[in-house]
Amino acid sequence: MDGYYAWMIVATALVLMMTTPALALFYGGMTRSKSVLNMMMMSYLAMGVVGLVFVLWGWSEGWGADGVGNGNGDLIASPFHMFGLHHVSPGNYIYVLFQLTFAVITAALISGSIADRVKVSAWVVFVVAWVTLVYFPIAHNVWGGGWFYTHFPNLDYAGGTVVHINAGVAGGILALVIGRRVGWPKDVGRPHNLTLTMIGAGLLWTGWYGFNVGSIVFTTVGSSKQGWGSVTDQFMGETGVTFMNTTVATMAAMLGWLAVERIVHGKATSLGAASGVVAGLVAITPSCGSVSTVGAMAVGAIAGAVCAMAIGLKYKLGLDDSLDVVGVHLTGGILGALLIGFLGTTSSPQGIDGLFPSGGGGLLYGGNANLLWHQFLGVIFTVVWCGVLTAVIGMAIKYTIGWRVSDDDEVDGIDFAEHGESAYDLDGRSGGMLAGTGVVAAAHPKTESREGAMA
Amino acid sequence: MKLVTAVVKPHKWDDVREALETFGVTGMTVSEVSGYGRQKGHTEVYRGAEYDIALVPKIRIEVVADDGDVDDIVGIIAKTAQTGRIGDGKVWVTPVETIVRVRTGDRDAAAL
Repeated sequence: MDGYYAWMIVATALVLMMTTPALALFYGGMTRSKSVLNMMMMSYLAMGVVGLVFVLWGWSEGWGADGVGNGNGDLIASPFHMFGLHHVSPGNYIYVLFQLTFAVITAALISGSIADRVKVSAWVVFVVAWVTLVYFPIAHNVWGGGWFYTHFPNLDYAGGTVVHINAGVAGGILALVIGRRVGWPKDVGRPHNLTLTMIGAGLLWTGWYGFNVGSIVFTTVGSSKQGWGSVTDQFMGETGVTFMNTTVATMAAMLGWLAVERIVHGKATSLGAASGVVAGLVAITPSCGSVSTVGAMAVGAIAGAVCAMAIGLKYKLGLDDSLDVVGVHLTGGILGALLIGFLGTTSSPQGIDGLFPSGGGGLLYGGNANLLWHQFLGVIFTVVWCGVLTAVIGMAIKYTIGWRVSDDDEVDGIDFAEHGESAYDLDGRSGGMLAGTGVVAAAHPKTESREGAMA
Repeated sequence: MKLVTAVVKPHKWDDVREALETFGVTGMTVSEVSGYGRQKGHTEVYRGAEYDIALVPKIRIEVVADDGDVDDIVGIIAKTAQTGRIGDGKVWVTPVETIVRVRTGDRDAAAL
């Protein structure tokens, strides 16, 4: 098990990278140049705030055990029982940290729906309330041995429901509660720096191996489910499959998205490639342990193509889901969860683990609709819990401290209004020579004579 | 004295500079500008949404010259920057009253 422990240290660091900087870059490049810093800061703030909250009461409320979940069969676990990791032994810290990174990125993902217009204070209050009332309870019910999984087991390998459907629903609800940006959809401008977005998507892809492959749970230890020959057999066999499935699904999704673009708009775009990568990763997240290699390609191709079409819906709905959290994460998450009902196979790792709730595989792999039904219930549970409580939190903030910066600040750029900064000084004109001031607040050394330095 | 201003396609700027140097023009001011004429802008599609990009990037070249050289300079720019396709730009000439070389205080013809 030494190798497993070493891998979990790496996997945890990889998932941390997915939020800072990968998601910050992916989202930041898609905003306007006057609001990129605020967009990136929402990811960085989620890291700081959710990370500490997780250690203080998140682990206790979600898992409540020294090791994996406490299996209490209840809707929630006590947030106070293991407050500050009380009674958690350091040998299990890496599992706490691995789960911490998932909570962080889920909260950060929501920020894409509400770009350019939200006060920093409202965001910080929101993520604390949201992880406490939505994320930790849902994680407890799906992963921590809570009520839902105990009564309605379903397959979600690495967080299609807990992370992506959850973030997608929350993003859509918040976009509705907070309202559209000034001038949307006509005057909000195109993505300002797609190179950042391409870098972010690539880093997300790399980090996602920690996310998916790191989500292995050993059924060979202390369990009657002995489908694998040994712990090593399961470690090698299962990580091989999840790594392979994550890879081929993402490739297929990128091509699927690009194919739709080429047919509908005539050109395959870089933003389409980056978006397709993420859509594929989202869809294979729940399914990477339950489908075959070819099944994973199908999951990816379908997710890429469908998400490419789903992102247009927000214009018909009049919903300013700014960076398409609903179109990519909710759509991709639901697809990934439901496609298991068609493509799930009992020769997959989770099949060998004996985790298929219906016993048989998916509809296309000799099973009946029972598996699809279990998957559907998992989706509905997450959508309802998250939808209702996110609406409550969103409205509470709206009518107390308020969500939005002023319209003037939003139009001038939230970066300066909320952070007192601007992201770029490419021509040297802002705050430099032509501003006529230089550094005003800090003492600065006498300027050396520059005689002859300039031609 | 005259000010020759030319707005040309960005990829033609190097050719224009070389031709003007060969002719004997020793200095100029160049800026990256944007605008539109008959070429108009274009549309770009990001995640299925069309954006109207109204402005086209161009290079603006400004040269001050003696009256006698102006016709040649205009001719050189117009010839070098030409591709024959829409969007090649324009060259125009405006009179200049006074020129001062900042370093020496030389005026007018001596300052060119």
